[in-house]
Amino acid sequence: MKDLSLFLGCLIPNRYPGIEKATKLVLDRLMIRWSELKEASCCPAPGVFRSFDQITWLTLASRNIILAEEKNTDLLTICNGCFSSLMDANNILKNDSELRAQVNTHLKKISKEYKGTIEVRHIIEFLDKEIGKEKIDQLIQRPLELRVAVHYGCHLLKPTKARKLGGAEYPIFFDGLVEATGAISVPYEGKNSCCGAGGGVRSAMLETSLKMTEYKLERMKKAGVDCIVEACPFCHLQYDGGQVELAKGGKIFNIPVVHYSQLLGLALGYSIEEVGLHLNAIRNPEFENKVARIQKKDASIK
Amino acid sequence: MKNSDILTCFQCGACTGSCPSGKYTSLNVRRIIKDSIKKDISDQPDLWMCTTCYNCQERCPRGIKVTDAILSLRAEAAKKGHILPSHRSVCKFLIETGHAVPIDDIHITLREKIGLSEPETVRKYPKALKDVKTLLESTGFNELIHE
Repeated sequence: MKDLSLFLGCLIPNRYPGIEKATKLVLDRLMIRWSELKEASCCPAPGVFRSFDQITWLTLASRNIILAEEKNTDLLTICNGCFSSLMDANNILKNDSELRAQVNTHLKKISKEYKGTIEVRHIIEFLDKEIGKEKIDQLIQRPLELRVAVHYGCHLLKPTKARKLGGAEYPIFFDGLVEATGAISVPYEGKNSCCGAGGGVRSAMLETSLKMTEYKLERMKKAGVDCIVEACPFCHLQYDGGQVELAKGGKIFNIPVVHYSQLLGLALGYSIEEVGLHLNAIRNPEFENKVARIQKKDASIK
Repeated sequence: MKNSDILTCFQCGACTGSCPSGKYTSLNVRRIIKDSIKKDISDQPDLWMCTTCYNCQERCPRGIKVTDAILSLRAEAAKKGHILPSHRSVCKFLIETGHAVPIDDIHITLREKIGLSEPETVRKYPKALKDVKTLLESTGFNELIHE
């Protein structure tokens, strides 16, 4: 297996850097061989850019893939959007010689060439397949004992023919990784429904996107969860920022939003601040106290 | 996607029934697909209400690539100049900075507070940003976005 280059994208380094920090802490603790992917741009985001012009989308994505090819590393994404764009572009360019030739004509102007030598990974499927929930479970000193609403996010799973991670109706691999931290993945209605952010809907039609978010939040609240756990900064933004926007209309949920890297960081003993959860818009003292209490417990009780 | 694929649709409505956006908006995936065969629907606002969640495509019993079709229809719309102002802004950010969501001063400070330096992205490397700009010029994206 190749080493990994960490692909940051836009939202993580530029809006939720806590997720970047938590990911780096966790990768190091799991002794995964990784390095920064320098000079990368936007993936580019599947919603808007893929919609507008396929060749532009493929060309810019291929440049990011080439940066990893030049280091002979696979590319690790921590965002469903980045995963979707880069994995789909990589598959298309590997299999369609006509499009590859077209993209390479543009790339020649910056003295680069797409070769198709690496794979694009997402941290959730990577941890599930290459590390395994059993090993993660063994590393946890203090089981988190939180009730969690797991949100897979659309583009981690779909289109299933391209992702090859199993079906999208009843997936379980992400729940397994969450439960390896000692948390309970609580079932809730509409679990596999969209957060509402994708496809350029959040940027162009905020109210519409928030209706989908509210649908999810209502059902999560009803299920009595301590927090939401996702694996995508756009879902993270939609739930975290979305709760602030919904609160303006008197709809209060106050459910903390946690990227899996941050949850795993907490389970490995890092504090709320160390995994950057204090940078969220929604902060719930009850949740933070519960985490602190768990972390202070005697490790020998496991 | 070929029109002949769309013609295998037997109008069951699983796409529309699975659509999270259609619950709250006028987006009717089945109608979009049906209409797209008969006429130019580039100016329909509904095209942009899709979150590209892929439920319709996954559940289509005929295996029609419904979401991919919506993406193609959007591309046609964009070429005809039907680009929403907020999407145009996001595109301009990409052209100027290499990022759809560029960093701002608040987040530079927040990064410092948690011990992270400047992101190792295109923003930090002027030559890399120049390469991104060259590519966007070369593919005609700048022209597509230009008002």
